[in-house]
Amino acid sequence: MSTFATNLTVDELKAEADRLFSRKRLMNFGLPALVLAYLVYVFFAFDVPGIAARANWDNGKTLVSDSYSYKTHIERDNRTGEVSAAIEGERKGAYPEGQAPDWVVLGETTVIDLEDGHVVRFGPETVEYDIPGYGTIRATPSRAAGVQAEFPSREVPDWINVSKNRLAVTTDAGRLTVTRNRSEVFRYFTGWELFWFTLDSPYYGKSFPELAGRAASGEMGAIFNDFWTNKMWRHQDVAWAIFETILMAFLGTLGAAMVALPLAFLATRNFNPMKSVRFATRRVFDFVRGVDALIWTVVLARAFGPGPLTGALAILVTDTGTFGKIFSEALENVDQKQIEGVQSTGANAPQRYRFGVIPQVTPVLLSQLLYFLESNTRSATVIGAITGGGIGLLLTQAIITQKDWEEVAYYIVLIILMVMLMDWFSGWLRKRLIQGETGKKRKPRDPNRKRFLLP
Amino acid sequence: MTDLTAGSPPVDQIRDEYTAMARRKRVYGGILLILFVAMMAAGFRTADGRNAGSFIDGWRRIFDYPTEVLSEAWEKIAEMPANLVEFLPALVETLNIAAAATLVGAILGTFLSLMSTRGMAYWPSLIPLFRRVSDVFRAIPEIVIALVLIFVLGGGPVPAMIAIAIHTAGALGKLFSEVNENASLKPVEGLQSVGANWSQRMYLGVIPQVGPNYVSYALLRFEINIRASAILGFVGAGGLGYELRNAMSWGQGRYDEAAAIFLLLFVTIVVVDQLSGVLRDRLTHGSEKGASA
Repeated sequence: MSTFATNLTVDELKAEADRLFSRKRLMNFGLPALVLAYLVYVFFAFDVPGIAARANWDNGKTLVSDSYSYKTHIERDNRTGEVSAAIEGERKGAYPEGQAPDWVVLGETTVIDLEDGHVVRFGPETVEYDIPGYGTIRATPSRAAGVQAEFPSREVPDWINVSKNRLAVTTDAGRLTVTRNRSEVFRYFTGWELFWFTLDSPYYGKSFPELAGRAASGEMGAIFNDFWTNKMWRHQDVAWAIFETILMAFLGTLGAAMVALPLAFLATRNFNPMKSVRFATRRVFDFVRGVDALIWTVVLARAFGPGPLTGALAILVTDTGTFGKIFSEALENVDQKQIEGVQSTGANAPQRYRFGVIPQVTPVLLSQLLYFLESNTRSATVIGAITGGGIGLLLTQAIITQKDWEEVAYYIVLIILMVMLMDWFSGWLRKRLIQGETGKKRKPRDPNRKRFLLP
Repeated sequence: MTDLTAGSPPVDQIRDEYTAMARRKRVYGGILLILFVAMMAAGFRTADGRNAGSFIDGWRRIFDYPTEVLSEAWEKIAEMPANLVEFLPALVETLNIAAAATLVGAILGTFLSLMSTRGMAYWPSLIPLFRRVSDVFRAIPEIVIALVLIFVLGGGPVPAMIAIAIHTAGALGKLFSEVNENASLKPVEGLQSVGANWSQRMYLGVIPQVGPNYVSYALLRFEINIRASAILGFVGAGGLGYELRNAMSWGQGRYDEAAAIFLLLFVTIVVVDQLSGVLRDRLTHGSEKGASA
């Protein structure tokens, strides 16, 4: 009878196949529909339609244009009549007094050439702006009457913004602002300003062959010093910040591995027969892992203050939990035969661990360690932004000023390069140390090479 | 026989050579160990020197802050349930950021991985380009994109979601393409022979093979993303991290709220870790059972 029960008729088989098909069809359409439904829910939960209204696209535009271009300010103090030039309007980018870029002619009437026929003249009384195809705008600032502007046409175009005390003209060539106290012209250039040398350096504006020539004639140190102490880009501080970030990752990862390895033995079934200790160690690992780097950073920053040490310790504590878990899993999977083999030669306990256990788990340990070294470089950037250390701090500072977007772009490029470099380095080291790690079938390892690492 | 014994050196020589080699190795190992310890010590000293507070002064104060928070939370233990309920929406937001970012990242990562696997790519000549793209995506820390987007879009969950999704796409793109490389191309060829187009070949020929592994990796990523979304909240992207920063900046008097947030975050992370661990275990081991049944 039982054989008959499994011996289904054609109809039953067909019905079953139909059921299977409809279930698969349901899965095939149901799953994407579920994902879609969730995304729609998130769309409204995050108020994405509202974002479009709240978003400040002007901010975005400044951000993008500022990240690859800079502006030079030519400013006239209308009370004293002094004209000064500064890159980005910053003091550290200011031209020495009485000097200006070569497209500005200083004098009683300062003539600023914005190219393509756009010329601005700062006269003793009036400011004039020649705009090709439109005409000349005249503005007379005075303390009593505000800014009196004359336009060639009756209709004021929308790129000119005029009020009693202020005139602003924005064209493709630049921007002119006149108020009672000052007249100011911005001219935009592509590139990162003063990246190599600031204006007060004798090497500013020199071509590369000339610099190379000077370097050859013994000015190498001075040239490098001027570059290294560049006030605008602070290359020295940036290099230190990157070093700090990598240091955080390095100390945190290796420190965590050193703390976690002995503890991992306590959390394994085959090395630690005491169930209560095993349980307690595992819960400790779960706890430090669960508390998360964010909370550790907050707590440790209170004790140690901001800096790379706090970041390193936060990484160390969090990763101790992760490493403890991974290492203890690896240790539970070791082959008992090798340990017995070592024991049969009369080895004592430390020797058994050293020659029976460690060589078996080294590949797992190392590959995890190197993987975390790379991922912690990224974490160190993030933690640095919170606790105040390394490149993460510089990045947040540059973003907070909301105007140094070229520096933000520079830091982002550096961070990406740093992480990619660490990724490549850890991959290279992994391949060197653990041969055949990438392949599924582990090739016989060269015993000479490994022993160098663990004496 | 005679040749062999004549060719091999006497036992004493073998032993000497062996001990010499062992000693040499021990010396190399010792030098490396010393170098390593020196590097760690130097690194630690540098970090200590550049830190605002030193390790020696600080380590005794490690538990000051937790004690302060916990004692105040203990005094106001009656308000704890109310606090937990109050921050539940923030927790949901943090979870939503992580889940949405994982979903979007997984979809993008699938696309990137298919585009960078030989035999599956739609434009085989662009494989290196897509590989570099996922490398760059992977290298960008979430906080970089989040901070820039917060400036443009204003604070809130969307910048965090986009930032995490981009990083997730890069990370999953690499893991997925490793999975793809192990997938058999025969179903793809079979589908091609009956005239299936690219998306049909991928959806019917590749995805069923790699699905369980994809889901397993995506779950692992979800765990990581919850942590990331909490951290991004701290810089102004909403969710639990944002509430935590507010509660902390109030300082004393609001520590019960900080404690409630700590608790919520801790429990969430542990629960999601455990759940995804069980699920992933079932996915990788259960699939074999499913195949035999």
